[in-house]
Amino acid sequence: MFESTDRVAQLRRKLARIEQGRPSARTRHSRFDHADLDRVLGGGLARGRLHEVYAADGGDAGSAAGFAAMLGCELGGAIVWLRTASAEQRGGRLHAPGLCEIGLDPARLILGVLPDAQAVLRAGLDVVRCPDVGAAVIELWGAQPRLDLTASRRLAVAAEASGVTVLVLRIAAEAVPSAAHTRWGVRAAASAPLEAGAPGHAALEVELLRQRGGPEGARWLLEWDRDQRRFRDEDQHAGRAAPYGAVVPLSAGGPLGAGAAAWRNAG
Amino acid sequence: MALADARACVPDLIAVDHDPAADHRLIERIADICDRYTPMVAIDPPDGVTLDITGCAHLFGGEAAMTADIEARMVGLRLRVRHAAAATPEGAQALARFQTMPAADEAAALRRLPIAALRLEEDAEIALRRAGLKTIGDLAARPTAPLAARFGDRTVSALDRLLGRVDSRITPLRPPPALFFERRFADPIVSATLGVAVIGELAEEAARILAERRAGGRRFAARFYRSDGAVRDLAVETSLPTRDPGAIMRLFEERVAGLADPIDPGFGFDMIRLAVPGIEPLAPSQLRLEGGAANEEALAALVDRLSTRLGRGRIRRFMALDTHIPEQGVLALPAIDAAAPAAWPRPEQGEPPLRPLHLFDPPQPVEVVAEVPDGPPHRFRWRRTLHEVRRFEGPERIAAEWWRRKDNHGLTRDYYRVEDARGRRFWLFRHGLYESERPDPRWYVHGLFA
Repeated sequence: MFESTDRVAQLRRKLARIEQGRPSARTRHSRFDHADLDRVLGGGLARGRLHEVYAADGGDAGSAAGFAAMLGCELGGAIVWLRTASAEQRGGRLHAPGLCEIGLDPARLILGVLPDAQAVLRAGLDVVRCPDVGAAVIELWGAQPRLDLTASRRLAVAAEASGVTVLVLRIAAEAVPSAAHTRWGVRAAASAPLEAGAPGHAALEVELLRQRGGPEGARWLLEWDRDQRRFRDEDQHAGRAAPYGAVVPLSAGGPLGAGAAAWRNAG
Repeated sequence: MALADARACVPDLIAVDHDPAADHRLIERIADICDRYTPMVAIDPPDGVTLDITGCAHLFGGEAAMTADIEARMVGLRLRVRHAAAATPEGAQALARFQTMPAADEAAALRRLPIAALRLEEDAEIALRRAGLKTIGDLAARPTAPLAARFGDRTVSALDRLLGRVDSRITPLRPPPALFFERRFADPIVSATLGVAVIGELAEEAARILAERRAGGRRFAARFYRSDGAVRDLAVETSLPTRDPGAIMRLFEERVAGLADPIDPGFGFDMIRLAVPGIEPLAPSQLRLEGGAANEEALAALVDRLSTRLGRGRIRRFMALDTHIPEQGVLALPAIDAAAPAAWPRPEQGEPPLRPLHLFDPPQPVEVVAEVPDGPPHRFRWRRTLHEVRRFEGPERIAAEWWRRKDNHGLTRDYYRVEDARGRRFWLFRHGLYESERPDPRWYVHGLFA
């Protein structure tokens, strides 16, 4: 027993030595500008690694895709988004003005709508090997036996070699073992309402399910600030303030400009 | 003769329906076969093929040898051909169809042809015949002005083209490529892999010529000519002009690997051609000052590779269109066409997302309960799930594009951004204004927000 743990520790040290020897082991991070997130992740989202974003429920597809787009905003470079034609039917097609609203310039995006998951994974590997790509988003719905440990390991190795950040978006799927650096669970969260009970900025409940060599299990309620391109903590009290249909007086000097507030007269 | 009469004469007559489409396909196939002699091949309906062999005949050992080669090839396909060469396409067509006996020279042969060789309308031909003009020679000897006055301009212009008095050209079936490179084999090669390898050699040849001209191609079309007359086309495209034979070959290999029906060499290819239909300026590639290869093209190469393997329509880029109907406002164009990235409107500062991240096209119908028929939704059922609306904003009214419609009408849409009890945000709309446009307007979910 003792002997085997010793052996494991020895192997770990050996691996660490090998990893340090490689130039790619010096991970660059993309900062979140969110103190807590950056602290837990050791400085931000690791570039050139494989990250998984899970939406356990198909109804949260919008939130998970939004989270991937928000991460893509920060990563920079060209973004190649690969999805299947059936995902487009089930979840709707990616809408360029909506990407603008999140802060992602659609001109940076190359969209691939492919016939099946196998084509997505095969094309995904090609994309990840291309060093000019900033981030690759691989969107797959449901259980995917083809995306096993080997396939994800292949993606992760390719990502480390080329420096492309890979975001694997799994909608309506159970987490399976993978070579991902981090794994996130994303769910929609009630937004902090604006005047007159209007739905507010994109709000997400984000859980760090797994992190290689780091703390995990942390959970945040985040709101995406598109103008600053960063996450901020959602103000929960604001979230409970206005029930359905309530008339809220227009607050002078509120977060909105007077022009926007004037037409925001819901109902 | 009527079919019944014919059957009475020959009891075991086989009758086949006339199929003009099949005839045309055969003629097109023959034109493809003739493509190996000259890039200028035109179809002469209903049953002819015209080749412009200017400057090509010597490659086959002169006109006679070329004609013999064509004839041998057609006999191999169990076709009988009548052929003629002349200074004008019309002359050659007329001689091939109507010449009955050999003549001393081309002019004499043309003069001897009947006026049917002009291929005029039936009444014009009858008028000429009634006037006693039976051959082209009869017409050619006469001044043109009286002929035009009596028999029409068309007769005279047909005569002029036939006799070469005006310049007449054929319109080729396919526009001739800017550059093409070909390889002929004395012994047909029977392996498809070898055939693809030949493309590589041709691509290197092309790269040399393109480098001399400081140009690159965006489309490379390979053609495999089988010895039994079948022709197979393969083409690859790139989003940036290129002349790198390695890149071109990789695309061809992708293309071959992705073929649903593999290249069948049959009894072998006796010629392979690589054509560059259009060339564009391309400066010599330069390495970066700070070291490393110039890899700006890596992304373009990736797009090319994926588009070649998966189909050009599957890899897309977004382009904005000037319309306010949401589903028509964005066009996803093939990325390989490389439209210049257009600027997208920046959303207003401080506003939440007003347009959804995912859009359904067509919009999906939902059952909605609202407090008043023209009010906001209270709860809705979509995909068998009931959603309680907690917050909403709207309506944002988007009118139909009545100026584009025939009836100058169309239903107005009232859009609401709503958030349900679980925090999911939807984009719903009511199709048609209550009472003024529809007594019972229907609801749709059009998009999902992040």
